[in-house]
Amino acid sequence: MKFHDLIGMANSSLWRNKLRTFLTILAIFIGSTTLSLTSGIGSGLKSYLQNQLGNLGTSNSMVITANVKKTTINSSSALTPYNPNQKNIVLSRGGGPSESIVALTSKDITKISKIPNIVSVQPIYNIAPDFIATTSNPNKKFKFSISQAFGTPALDIAAGRNVINTNNTPEITIPESYTSSLGFSTYNAAVNQMVNIGISNSLGQQTVVEAKIVGVQQKNLIGSTLSYGNNKLTSILESISAVGEPVSQLNNYISLSAIFNPNLTTNQINALKKALLNEGYKGLTIKDQENTIFTVINAVTGVLIFFAIITLVAASFGIINTLFMSVQERTREIGIMKALGLSKAKIFMLFSFEALLIGFWGSLIGIFFANGLGNIINSILSKGLLKDFPGLNLLSFPIKTSLIIVVSIMVIAFIAGTLPARRASNKDPIEALRYE
Amino acid sequence: MDSVIVTKNVSKVYGTKNSVFKALDNINLSIGAGESLAITGKSGSGKSTLMHLLALLDEPTQGSIIINNQDSHKLTVKNRDLLRNQNFGFVFQQFFLNAQETVIDNVILPLKIAGISASKRRKMAIEVLKSVDLKDKIKSKVINLSGGQKQRVCIARALINNPKIIFADEPTGNLDSNTGQIIEDLLFKLNREKNITLIIVTHDDDLAKKCDRTVRMKDGQLIKEVKNK
Repeated sequence: MKFHDLIGMANSSLWRNKLRTFLTILAIFIGSTTLSLTSGIGSGLKSYLQNQLGNLGTSNSMVITANVKKTTINSSSALTPYNPNQKNIVLSRGGGPSESIVALTSKDITKISKIPNIVSVQPIYNIAPDFIATTSNPNKKFKFSISQAFGTPALDIAAGRNVINTNNTPEITIPESYTSSLGFSTYNAAVNQMVNIGISNSLGQQTVVEAKIVGVQQKNLIGSTLSYGNNKLTSILESISAVGEPVSQLNNYISLSAIFNPNLTTNQINALKKALLNEGYKGLTIKDQENTIFTVINAVTGVLIFFAIITLVAASFGIINTLFMSVQERTREIGIMKALGLSKAKIFMLFSFEALLIGFWGSLIGIFFANGLGNIINSILSKGLLKDFPGLNLLSFPIKTSLIIVVSIMVIAFIAGTLPARRASNKDPIEALRYE
Repeated sequence: MDSVIVTKNVSKVYGTKNSVFKALDNINLSIGAGESLAITGKSGSGKSTLMHLLALLDEPTQGSIIINNQDSHKLTVKNRDLLRNQNFGFVFQQFFLNAQETVIDNVILPLKIAGISASKRRKMAIEVLKSVDLKDKIKSKVINLSGGQKQRVCIARALINNPKIIFADEPTGNLDSNTGQIIEDLLFKLNREKNITLIIVTHDDDLAKKCDRTVRMKDGQLIKEVKNK
């Protein structure tokens, strides 16, 4: 029997008992919808966060800190030997006790720059500017925060462009929320305007630096009130604020930002991290930071998906039941087909295809339903609960995930179908054709 | 006359040591090509079991069955399926048709199993339904047909693969005498005109007498053989 004839036959016998088939598909449909929705939330959150995390830096950047042996409550000694060549720096934790860690200096920067595949190393400054004001209205000053832009920044931009680190003039991008306070009627109006940034040194003397607004950042989850300055701007600000600092504190950094060769494979990146570790540094890429957050999302969606799979397992018993009834009812049909020369394997396939078709239709309808439901939920949430997170679609349904769902449900259905299909294929044609 | 099926000392035993039931006991039978043979006997005499063995639906406990000069025991499962599909036709008292499906869907089943294309199947089905006078019922559902029409669908299904042998198990058992007569005539006409070997299991003596030869069975043994012509 030809393949398409087998499928056609499986399909027509499947619909001979419409209500029963419908109910079995319904059970699979419920499982598939649940699975689609839960994985939809997972991928919706992930794609949003991935977008947002672009703000942490480019994918080929790395945050480097000194590698300190972690002491835990179970460590035999919490103390490490003193090294006169190392300086310590205070790492403050919001609300918690402060901890002094090994500071990184310009010596470390040179050392790290020499490691192969490292393109550039740059300290992460701790800049606290006093105010921002437009040059056209210099007396209207606002308190604000600024962060360094590393590598090739890729923030979501509402108007203008991202800052360019290699440009030799001070550049800044500001968040959407700054524009109206600074007196710009539109986002575009802010682009190419000059601002004054005031910053004080350790002696309390204030200096004003001019910078050009090159872009307006779209509202986002991470750093929504941060502005970003290019290398030129941030290094000027750093050098001003460093004036008057005690020599012992000068050029001490908690962490460095390194840009590495963008063509590295995952294995090569791991090798690079190992090389850093050998030199006594710990490197954390954007991907690593992403993974920390994704691990949590994955754990939560994983639990939800687990429950969805339980409903599917329950539904697969429906398939087993339906097909056993079908095999029972069609004993004679199986008998006659065997008598007419249909092989055992083909009989097995015939019933397996029925199971696969149930899985296919159930999962497909479920996915379409979940997609529709997801769109409705997204549009309701974006006007209500998630109004403050533009660009967040709580549920997203990538085609790849949908395909995986269809295939895995069909696999579950196939496995469920093997029991009845085996029984059908093992039927003795004589037993099947006996009618006394 | 060449023999299409020969049985040599064929026995069939059911059950284990303590409760043995001998369904067939040392059957030696030779069936010629184009012959019509009736196997008669009371129920439980073993006539259906014999037919199942001849049709390769079952295997003997002892002895051998030779089909077209080949020992069936030596055939692979695949070849046995192929042999049944291409050389045998089956007609049953209970029809064993798919009641919910159309006449043509039922008739083409052997061709479907053989893997013949849809267009060719249709052509062959129309041809064969013409020969059993059911051309106008081609799209009807089997459930809406009379008993005689159903048995003609059955015969059409048995004929569609141009078989060399048709096995008929009580082909007229479920029909009134008039329609039974039509079915009988049809079967013997095929036997005559297409030289199809006909093996009929029946306890209708009138039908048995119309065959070239009748063998009578009792308690799993061949007890009587009559040449009618």
